[in-house]
Amino acid sequence: MVFALAGNQNCGKTTLFNQLTGSNQHVGNFPGVTVERKEGVIRSSNQDTVVDLPGIYSLSPYTSEEIVTRDFLLKRHPDGIINIIDATNIQRNLYLSMQLIELNIPMVIALNMMDEVRANGGTIKLKALAEELGVPVVPISASKNEGVSELISTALQVARERHTPKRMDFCSGAVHRAIHSVAHLVEDHAERLGIPSRFVATRLVEGDEPMLESLALSDNEKDMLEHTVTEMEREAALDRKAAMADMRYTFIEKLCADCVVACHESREHARSVKIDKVLTGKYLAIPVFLTIMLLIFWLTFGVIGGFLSDLLSMGIDGLTDIVSQGLTAYGINPVVHSLIIDGVFAGVGSVLSFIPTIVVLFFFLSLLEDSGYMARVAFVMDKLLRKIGLSGRSFVPMLIGFGCSVPAIMASRTLSSERDRKMTILLTPFMSCSAKLPIYGVFTMAFFPKYRALVMICLYVGGMIVGVLCGLLLKKTAFKGKPVPFVMELPNYRLPSPKSVALLLWDKAKDFLTRAFTIIFVATIAIWFFQTFDTRFNVVENSADSMLAAFGQWISPVFAPLGFADWRASTALITGFSAKEAVVSTLAVLTGTSTAELPNALAGMFPPAAAVSFLTFTLLYTPCVAAVAAVKREMGGAKYAAFVAAFQTGIAWFVGMLVYQIARLFI
Amino acid sequence: MTLDQLPIGKPGKITAVKGEGALRGRLLDMGLIPRTTVVVRKVAPMGDPIELNLRGYELTLRLDDAKEIVVEAEQPAGKE
Repeated sequence: MVFALAGNQNCGKTTLFNQLTGSNQHVGNFPGVTVERKEGVIRSSNQDTVVDLPGIYSLSPYTSEEIVTRDFLLKRHPDGIINIIDATNIQRNLYLSMQLIELNIPMVIALNMMDEVRANGGTIKLKALAEELGVPVVPISASKNEGVSELISTALQVARERHTPKRMDFCSGAVHRAIHSVAHLVEDHAERLGIPSRFVATRLVEGDEPMLESLALSDNEKDMLEHTVTEMEREAALDRKAAMADMRYTFIEKLCADCVVACHESREHARSVKIDKVLTGKYLAIPVFLTIMLLIFWLTFGVIGGFLSDLLSMGIDGLTDIVSQGLTAYGINPVVHSLIIDGVFAGVGSVLSFIPTIVVLFFFLSLLEDSGYMARVAFVMDKLLRKIGLSGRSFVPMLIGFGCSVPAIMASRTLSSERDRKMTILLTPFMSCSAKLPIYGVFTMAFFPKYRALVMICLYVGGMIVGVLCGLLLKKTAFKGKPVPFVMELPNYRLPSPKSVALLLWDKAKDFLTRAFTIIFVATIAIWFFQTFDTRFNVVENSADSMLAAFGQWISPVFAPLGFADWRASTALITGFSAKEAVVSTLAVLTGTSTAELPNALAGMFPPAAAVSFLTFTLLYTPCVAAVAAVKREMGGAKYAAFVAAFQTGIAWFVGMLVYQIARLFI
Repeated sequence: MTLDQLPIGKPGKITAVKGEGALRGRLLDMGLIPRTTVVVRKVAPMGDPIELNLRGYELTLRLDDAKEIVVEAEQPAGKE
């Protein structure tokens, strides 16, 4: 049997999903959209699966998250719904439950965080609540794994015995009459589509356009519908949407008055208010946020990440040496030797080198997210990102882009709107990643030894400016239309559960390895191939004779307007696609110097204005293959990944050209 | 008066929710409906958005969106 897990954001849905399935999860996207779809087998029963639906507040058709949830429930006909609700915030959580009940699918309510309610002296009359709602209610604590096995057995039972909700009629007065006459009116149409007429009726009274279109009502029926609604609006003295929301909340208020004895203020809430005095306080919020981020960067890219990376590269180097010596001793063909050592080992090494960064960074990110701090960052930083059509939610992923685009793009997954997610992914690579630093270092040393810091700051700021301009451009073109409203809950601060953090790290590492491995690996081997052979497939002594160099030579005229139509520069840029650091090492190889001597060699190779445009181009052009693979994964298609690579390269060329033409006048 | 003008810490009662489309739908779904009591908790450090408390939870809203919500200052308890 298939169960759907539905609920609001921040109600512990992911934690419950992890408790239900363990590490036996499959993560993918819903077809056609960038909305995550997680599926897993319920642990105690081997043939039943549960699908984790996006966290939503309503079944209205405004966001892609709401639409996929609705489509899944209506078209895939799950055998049961597990609706998780947060007992400490029961009113707003029940609002979704009332809409789910109308779907007439066997359902069970998992009342999460009951332990918190009880610990604060509150109670919820479970029996009365279940009776009033007409669906079983199971108290659980997802984080402590309490009540979960009972939840599973109840869910299996309602689904097996097809216990649909006993009650659907929560309305009274004018709304009640309207829903009933509309339900009657559309009964045949609803049956034809296989959707419960009650659900159709409520949606139509609420003014749900997609639902209205899918029904294909006759003009006569449409008139009757509109007439009924107008009558209701007049009687209720509220418009249709407000009347429906009012009907649901009125029922919920009454239900809660009967069944919920809430404590005055919970300890968790009081604690959150106290923490927020500092973390979202007028003077401290921004300094504290910057300190936290700096600390995370320092730990990720410096202390812990650096240590792990060193350890890893020591291991890889050691292994490479052993294999290399073994192969040489065996007397293997030098080309095969080169393939294994310079191709395979280098490729695997470059994939693995990302792992420490990803794991350490996601460890901190999941702490920020699960504790509730990420929502505060969005609250504090929203104003900065609003002008480019994003919300404060995108701030942290973009900031991570300064470290590495790969985890930054992967981190966009936590954004709750598809539009924001896509736009954030497109803009993140403009934040100059740390792998570009060696390039800046060498070039500033060669050309602007006195103004190194200034040039680097200009590059970072320049990247951000181009990002902002692209944001404005995208807002006016591809992402036209109203953004998803920034109406966001600030959940209470909570201690993240170690299990959820561990599962997330495992998921991200596995995800990166399995999906990115193929692309990065193939790209590295391809570059090795083109670097090792010439156009007649002879092994080259000097990579200046290789196919890659020939190709670099061939495309170098493209860079004439940017001032560096030098084949060595264009070849280096191509190798930079595998990893940005490779630009420097390739330039060293092609100019026949060591990396330390490279600045001197470069000074003779470029005029200063061309150096500026080369730096601008490296700042902005296509992200490395690992980042492009992450884009493909997160946006759900090679098409988007190719677009990102082409879009950025196009912008880089254009801006580089402008910079060169202007710089030429001054330097 | 509209919600963006409600003084911090003073409870207000919603009398109307204007606006349209997705924004209005979201506001209503989150429980911002006529007759609901809301309190503005604080303003973000950069002056926007604001943090509200309603129905026992915290919600953030941009000032532009808060302008769509009409409120009246709530009478002190006992006078209703």
